[in-house]
Amino acid sequence: MKKNIVRALALAGVMTMALGSLTACGGNDAGTKGSDAPSGETPKNTDADAGAELSGTITLSGSTSMEKLATAMAEAFMAEHTGVTVTPEFTGSSAGIEAVTAGTVNIGNSSRSLTDSEKAAGAVENIVAIDGIAVIADKENTVEDLTKEQLTKIYKGEVKNWSELGGPNEAVVVIGRENGSGTRGAFEELLEVEDACKYANELDSTGAVLAKVASTPGAIGYVSLDVLDDSVKAMKLEGVEATADNIKAGKYFLSRPFVMATKGEISEQSELVQAFFDFVKSDAGKKVVAGAGLITVD
Amino acid sequence: MQKQKDSNTDKKAFSIISGSAGHSLPEVTAKVIFTVCGVLAIVAVAVITIYMILNGMPAVMKVGIKDILFNTVWDPASKTEPSYGILYIILTSITGTFLAVLIGVPIGVLTAVFLAETAPKKLAGIVRPAVELLAGIPSVIYGLIGLMILNPFMYKMEKLIFEGSETHQFTGGSNLLSAVLVLALMILPTVINISESSLRALDPKLKFASLALGASHEQTIFKVLIPAAKSGIATAVVLGVGRAIGEAMAITLVSGSAANFPLPFNSVKFLTTTIVSEMGYAADTHRQMLFTIGLVLFIFIMIVNGVLTAILKKGADGHEA
Repeated sequence: MKKNIVRALALAGVMTMALGSLTACGGNDAGTKGSDAPSGETPKNTDADAGAELSGTITLSGSTSMEKLATAMAEAFMAEHTGVTVTPEFTGSSAGIEAVTAGTVNIGNSSRSLTDSEKAAGAVENIVAIDGIAVIADKENTVEDLTKEQLTKIYKGEVKNWSELGGPNEAVVVIGRENGSGTRGAFEELLEVEDACKYANELDSTGAVLAKVASTPGAIGYVSLDVLDDSVKAMKLEGVEATADNIKAGKYFLSRPFVMATKGEISEQSELVQAFFDFVKSDAGKKVVAGAGLITVD
Repeated sequence: MQKQKDSNTDKKAFSIISGSAGHSLPEVTAKVIFTVCGVLAIVAVAVITIYMILNGMPAVMKVGIKDILFNTVWDPASKTEPSYGILYIILTSITGTFLAVLIGVPIGVLTAVFLAETAPKKLAGIVRPAVELLAGIPSVIYGLIGLMILNPFMYKMEKLIFEGSETHQFTGGSNLLSAVLVLALMILPTVINISESSLRALDPKLKFASLALGASHEQTIFKVLIPAAKSGIATAVVLGVGRAIGEAMAITLVSGSAANFPLPFNSVKFLTTTIVSEMGYAADTHRQMLFTIGLVLFIFIMIVNGVLTAILKKGADGHEA
């Protein structure tokens, strides 16, 4: 009898040790999760009081390029109004506008201006942000200005030396982003060089493009306008400098509007959709736009 | 009487070699724990294999194996006509690994000979810790060094070699050769360590017999010692291949990452770097394709491992005979 008890004790000891090492890790995990959750919830709770009257669902559909903006905007709006559900879908600009004119969604996202026929069908163009792309070169490069045609030829691999464009006798090193990158998609779409680009380097981040262009003589690359810095030279396009003002004035061609189209004016929309647009135009909404690397509109 | 018996049993229970060995609870428990640990490794391999196949197959079904393995155009994010050919990417991984081994193995083996045979004690005392340090450097550091030192140098070479060339696309030094050199450096420690220990494990009689027969030290090394240690050196080579083919972080910084035919001065994309660089924004079939590339890589590693096992088995049999 006693023998069994002692054995049971020994077994218990082994088990506790084994379990102890397991639970120690598990315990830590639970601890960090537990401490995260309340801190994340507190601001939501205070906001809930402010937007308590609003409830319902807003549906967005459209441009895949606007995924980052639409998702961020939806999350920020839902954090402020806990009773509201915003569901963004990404089907493409034309499909989004079609859906809004057909009345199946509240807002149609489009990463291009609306066509006349779309406007005739009742869609109203509400520009919420502008996407701008800067073309950059290393600082030693003497070429200041590129035309759309020259830029196209560079990225198609038809121009191989800067001397062909009146610059130094330096080979052109064509740098771009990786497959699937939003910046690459926008650049190729705006320049109409989809599937025709001959990249020498496909880098997987904006920072890498900046660093490579800055350190390689003869390099050319493209980055989102908001990350431009002094390590590289931003090219003028068709004589226009890459600035937010020029882009807003519509002079700089490597830019596109991000439109949240509605059927009829915003004032004709439901209270909920009007509140959403109020939020987009508010300071908090502008912060979301800037956070997505876009240019805000007034 | 009763008391004495009790104290006896107590002693037995606390002794590791108690009478009923193999049946006592602590021993059974320990056995179970060991078995569970052993099974865990098998379960992990099985789960990974199943997961890779399950995730890698949908794209194969959708695109077709022929259009994946024998097509050279990698344009997975195209809206109009996506193309999922990874032939150049596979060729790059094979060529890159092969060249890295071609450069790394002779240097590694000769360094091992130097450490095991010819090095003065003082010098070996410096070289060996240096090699160990080389093994401990994180791969991304190799990449950064390559980016800062190798790429600018390569760009100068590229300009010199291809001056006035109409067809060459200038890459700014990010090319296959940079990646190969970084990989060669990275497999060095593996090759050196395994080769050295296999050389040291040789029976000293071999060396003495060779020297006694009048062979010089060099002849002994190249005609007797290296051939005798060949199974260990073969293991070193295969492990080097394994490390080179699976490396991503270091070469993604220096290779340029454009899918081209693997020529020394072309910007190239490896199986590993494709996954690393495109996973961030890939969607739909493109994303599934990245898993398929993972599956291809997984099969490659399996083959390398199979070869390794075969070599080790052969080596063991050779010793027995």
